[in-house]
Amino acid sequence: MRIITAVLAIASGLIVLLGYFFPTQLAGVRVLLIDWAIILGGMAVLVGVANLVFVQMEKIRSRHKNGLYGALLIVSLIITFGLGLLFKPDHQYMHAVVNAIIIPVEASLLAILAVTLVYASMRLLRRRADMMSVIFLISAVLLMLALMPTPFGPFPGDQLITFFLGMFSRGGARGLLIGVALGTLLTGLRVLFGVDRPYGGN
Amino acid sequence: MTVALTALGVLALAALLLLVFTLIRRRSPGIFRDIEAYNRLNRAVGHAVEDGTRLHISIGRGSLITPRGGSALAGLAMLRRLSERTSQSDHPPVVTSGDASLAILSQDTLQSGFRVAGAEDQYRFTTGRLTGLTPFAFAAGTLPVIRDENVSANIVLGDLGAESALLVEAADRDNMDLIAASDNLSAQSVLYASSQDPLIGEELFAAGAYVGAGASHEASLQVQDVLRWLVILAILGGAVARFLGFGF
Repeated sequence: MRIITAVLAIASGLIVLLGYFFPTQLAGVRVLLIDWAIILGGMAVLVGVANLVFVQMEKIRSRHKNGLYGALLIVSLIITFGLGLLFKPDHQYMHAVVNAIIIPVEASLLAILAVTLVYASMRLLRRRADMMSVIFLISAVLLMLALMPTPFGPFPGDQLITFFLGMFSRGGARGLLIGVALGTLLTGLRVLFGVDRPYGGN
Repeated sequence: MTVALTALGVLALAALLLLVFTLIRRRSPGIFRDIEAYNRLNRAVGHAVEDGTRLHISIGRGSLITPRGGSALAGLAMLRRLSERTSQSDHPPVVTSGDASLAILSQDTLQSGFRVAGAEDQYRFTTGRLTGLTPFAFAAGTLPVIRDENVSANIVLGDLGAESALLVEAADRDNMDLIAASDNLSAQSVLYASSQDPLIGEELFAAGAYVGAGASHEASLQVQDVLRWLVILAILGGAVARFLGFGF
């Protein structure tokens, strides 16, 4: 069975990859395989939600100290899912669920994130007092000064700062992205050769 | 057409080099430069097994049908090795992810690791968890795992955004070990500011080689080095050619 899954995965991967280079010959099969992957991805969400429910139910059953939140999550999930089935996703009730609950909750997390990032920056030099950390902090502060609106108009030299820092940060970002792209390429090749098999074990 | 042919050439070269270097590495394992984060990772795995505590491994939310899937696959390869090493522990590792298909693959990978270690009966499918489908839902769902599940070390490797700061902060507050890397530039800058030993750029993809995942992972690092030099030469050659007036 494991050999069959490996053969299927490698063959599908090769067809999709070669479909980019030989579009006239393989485009049809490539699109078909990608469509299947998208359908399977959609089904995976249902399996993932079931997994979420099982994990929370286990917490409730084992009287985990925050099991109450698990119960709240399951009840909310059932209500939202039921409303979605009953009224369809475009109904005003569903919009209300998103606008009145999900967006405010995510906005509050974003606010916490902003405070967390400021706090992390303040502690950076205590954690790692080296030249790169100093450069990192100075660049971040200068860039924020240059970009943020002030009551007195633009920060003096803002365009020079954004040009100068932008030149280095764009170069650095491209270097990092090239490194990430090479890493992704090699990881993909390992999966394509069947050396790494996250889909059925080896 | 020229771009497609160049891409196919790079791909074929990378594949050939990977095969050759894997064969070489099988005979003589490589020696790598020290990366402190991976040294700490190996120590943390040992401590977790000895102390009866748990590893928390988060593989991010990079969907496999997007270009972000590469980092997720790198996270899964590392997970496979770590699950083998820690499956005999009293508290097996718990894995969180923010993508449904990734959560299913993490369960499968965990089970494979337990099977190879001869401890398949210890495997529980609830140790591979989907914690949220949006960035903040994922972070909010992962925070209780860090805080409440007897975790001694957190390994966060995969596609994450700025929300990774919340995970780092939670681990930091409880003085836990944290090893974190992402393919996302925002997350990399956040992790640089907030974690002890940040992993930058392609260091994320070195995880497998540093946890002993095999010759192919070591060979991958060598191929990356070779390709990086080729890219540098191509950039320099292009700049010189442009300077001399050759347009392309």
